[in-house]
Amino acid sequence: MKRNTKSWNIILFTYVLVAVAAILSIGIGSVYVPVPAILKTIFGSHPEAVNETIIMDIRLPRVLLALIIGANIAISGALLQAVMGNPLADPGLTGVTSGASAAVLVIMLILPQYTNLIPVAAFAGGIFAASIVYALAWKKSGISPITIILSGVAVNALCGGIVGFMSILYSDRLPSAIQWLNGSLAAKGSNALFMILPYALVGWILSIFAVRKANIIRLGDQVAANLGDNVHRTRIWLSLLAVFLAAISVAAVGMIGFVGLIVPHMARLIVGSDYKVLLPMSTALGALVLLVADTGGRTLFAPLDIPAGILMAVIGGPYFLYLMRKRAF
Amino acid sequence: MLTLDSISIRYERKEVVHNVSFSVKQGEVVSIIGPNGSGKSTILKAITGFISSHTGTITFEQKEIQQYTTKQIAQNICMLSQKNQAPNDMLVKDLVAYGRYPHKKWFERLNHEDQDIVHWSLEKTHLADYKDRMLASLSGGEAQRAWIAMALAQRPKLLLLDEPTTYLDIAHQHEVLELVRELNEDMGITVMMVLHDLNQASRYSNHLIVVQNGRKIMEGTPNQVMTSDMLRDVYNMEAEVVSMSKEEAPRIHLLNTIRQK
Repeated sequence: MKRNTKSWNIILFTYVLVAVAAILSIGIGSVYVPVPAILKTIFGSHPEAVNETIIMDIRLPRVLLALIIGANIAISGALLQAVMGNPLADPGLTGVTSGASAAVLVIMLILPQYTNLIPVAAFAGGIFAASIVYALAWKKSGISPITIILSGVAVNALCGGIVGFMSILYSDRLPSAIQWLNGSLAAKGSNALFMILPYALVGWILSIFAVRKANIIRLGDQVAANLGDNVHRTRIWLSLLAVFLAAISVAAVGMIGFVGLIVPHMARLIVGSDYKVLLPMSTALGALVLLVADTGGRTLFAPLDIPAGILMAVIGGPYFLYLMRKRAF
Repeated sequence: MLTLDSISIRYERKEVVHNVSFSVKQGEVVSIIGPNGSGKSTILKAITGFISSHTGTITFEQKEIQQYTTKQIAQNICMLSQKNQAPNDMLVKDLVAYGRYPHKKWFERLNHEDQDIVHWSLEKTHLADYKDRMLASLSGGEAQRAWIAMALAQRPKLLLLDEPTTYLDIAHQHEVLELVRELNEDMGITVMMVLHDLNQASRYSNHLIVVQNGRKIMEGTPNQVMTSDMLRDVYNMEAEVVSMSKEEAPRIHLLNTIRQK
């Protein structure tokens, strides 16, 4: 009981931190808006016209988008790690993200009239990639980290090839797609926000129900089966949920790597590996990490707007190396 | 309680268990013995339905095992492997509480009765003082007791143990087997286990089943099974069997490996 209370206090604190960071992030940028003005614009009744455009149309949607996407990818990573019984499973490394983005690019470049199908296409692409990883990496005894990485390399190469091929065939339509591919939250506005929000809500509610299953499955296949769990079915539906969360994020903002790898790992260090606390902690941390990455991307090198995906790759790569060195898996 | 009727099991295209039949009575302790790779563990796994590709019938309490759902099996039969993995930071009491999982509906929480059962399982395995410890901080024997406590919380009628003593030193082996005996005698749990140590099998079982190359060679009480003939035929060992009295289990002294001609 004691340990749980402590974990919940930490989680609560992290959510407060997320809220504070969000408000500060809204204030930072080419035009600085002080905190009282932000609060007045969002919650007050007499907003100033200039502030209203900057905050309500540009910064608030972008901040919310960063929070939602960060949370999605972090949950997705945590669930994949439960399913594969391995802390290296991450939507980026396993190729789920690149499968989803190759599918999205097909719609964007070849079938632009079906833009509203982008989330569906992303989901299908993600499932395709995840199935390949399973087919390649799954052995009777479980999945080894090496085979996850290797099959991820294969899937990533395949999808990279598809993306490269399409960008040559349709070079005229490429510029808008490039910005998207890099995982940029710039100029997405409220459209992307309203596109992803309903899907994200569904994903989050489902992941609450996934907690117990994730906890059972990490006891190993045999024990889980012995406890009356249909291991195979659990694995499929947890994977589908993880792919769904990653895919809708890709559909909204493109490829953002490493959040799904780093965040659950940090969360595990802080609150432990029980999914009852790990999942809410990963959600908060994921939101926080991506918000910081995006805010850093648009302010550090202003007026340049560095996509959050690029910043995450620059931070995430070395962190991944650090994990390998520590043999954290 | 449990009857296996001409069971053959295929494992990755190879038949590893051939036409094995035996039955286990309520309240018995039955051990399967035999050389490495003879299919002992495979038989246990088939009983829980973890391996499904077999021919023949397995009947548990007058009903074929296939007619039970995974959950119903879990409410009646519990199997522990020789080595179990769990996250290092899991607390003993949390592990034991998972034993209640088969009895809970989707998203149902643990109630007072469940808490009592968890507590009782911890008491029974002498782990009450360890309940807030992390699994990683326990010794091998203590960890094995924690897994047995989980099995107890499951309240099975039949407990299947796959080499429960393999990774333990002799003191801990003894401790685990004494616990198994206690559970059998005090609570009437029927136990079926795979054991390597013949003297332990002899001492702690009412009934022995000898398996070699996937076939049942013989079965019977320890006195009937533990003979120098059996040891020569099955293990290729020259041995002396000492039987103090009718009540006491026979003991084996291994002397020599028999050279193949």
